[in-house]
Amino acid sequence: MRIKLSVNGGEHALDMEPRTTLLDALRDHLKLTGAHAGCEHGVCGACTVLLDGVAVRSCLIFAPQAEGSAITTIEGVTPGPGELSPIQDVFCETHGMQCGYCTPAMILTAHALLAGNPEPTRDDIVEAISGNICRCTGYAQIVEAIALAAERMRGANRPMELRK
Amino acid sequence: MKAAPFAYSRPASVDEACALLAGDEGARLIAGGQSLVPMMAMRLARPTHLIDIARNASLSYVREDKGAVAIGACTRQCVLERDALVAKRVPLLARAIPCIGHAATRARGTIGGSLAHADPAAELALIAITLDAAITYRAGGADGELTARDFFAGLMVTNLPVGACLTAVRFPVWHGERIGVGFHEVNARRSDFAFVSAAAQVELDGDGKAKRIAIGVGAATDSPIRLESAEQQLTGGALDEKKVTEAVRAALADIEPLADLHASAEYRRRAAVSLAARAVADAKTNALGSKAHAH
Repeated sequence: MRIKLSVNGGEHALDMEPRTTLLDALRDHLKLTGAHAGCEHGVCGACTVLLDGVAVRSCLIFAPQAEGSAITTIEGVTPGPGELSPIQDVFCETHGMQCGYCTPAMILTAHALLAGNPEPTRDDIVEAISGNICRCTGYAQIVEAIALAAERMRGANRPMELRK
Repeated sequence: MKAAPFAYSRPASVDEACALLAGDEGARLIAGGQSLVPMMAMRLARPTHLIDIARNASLSYVREDKGAVAIGACTRQCVLERDALVAKRVPLLARAIPCIGHAATRARGTIGGSLAHADPAAELALIAITLDAAITYRAGGADGELTARDFFAGLMVTNLPVGACLTAVRFPVWHGERIGVGFHEVNARRSDFAFVSAAAQVELDGDGKAKRIAIGVGAATDSPIRLESAEQQLTGGALDEKKVTEAVRAALADIEPLADLHASAEYRRRAAVSLAARAVADAKTNALGSKAHAH
């Protein structure tokens, strides 16, 4: 089956079986391996991508179901080659990761959260990432990272004297 | 964790979907796929043909409809979570929706898909049963309707006719002034499958007595149930804690609870009594609308 996917601003027409999940289409057909295969049945959240800006599990969507939606993967959030998005930056700074397996999904979930809620409370952050399992960090630095990213991004468009 | 092969189609209309469904015994409808796809990944379901109805705009809406709120089958749970009409007219539904899965699954999962899946632990099934929702479907070019109680036939089984497409759910609106709702569930982690869930909606009169009450328990048995004997016993009373607990305990005495690795039958019965009593207490507090009554 010919399937058209719009990923990180690029259009792709690919031949694949309808049973190919969006996750496998991204990893195996487009070589975008930032979306990670964890449980492959919707429990761990490691495969999170953005579909029209909303965080979804790419293992629970067959590729043809994603036709017509704008898909964003971790490879698509950087402002330019070799650069990091503000959210990626804070994950480094606060050490919001250890093994890194859940990290792209955590960052994309944070992107979706902050796009709709620039001033999340700690509870908002915890609720947003509650569907993403991390077995290393104990989550504390991840929550810290997202809170710091929110603070930075709020400040980004304000004059210096008004920033915290 | 890869699904078995299947054919995929995306028909333009509900009748076309029904025709495809009727033409292939192994065909299944898919909307959000948040329950069906995990089953397929584990090969517990092996449809030969997936008929994708998610893009059918005529199945995605929330509107007032003759004393009820009608919701199109393909309306996503994340939409209902933020819908002002649902929050105002069907507060019990609004209260339960954030407990369905996680934000990422609610972003895709639909109300009709969850109901058709008929998981005993599904929050939407419990609310449909508790509020006497009506479930409408299309089959063979004609519309049909089932009450929620007639709709669920047992564990993951519904009474939808073969080849039918669920089209809408209608939740009756309670119009009294002092209406309150309560919902509780217990699970290993928040938003995991519930071991037991309970929902209650009450209408109080001017003296704070229960004019009308509905109590439902989910995940404890093959399908969610109403605690009718408790409802009858408690109607007209002040819903004091002891009486509520006694009434729900008696109503749950004869159920045959599910049992699995996570929760034994006796645990489920015990938890059901506690959660139903708590749901009623919350509904009462909510109806009184006063913080002074909060425990």
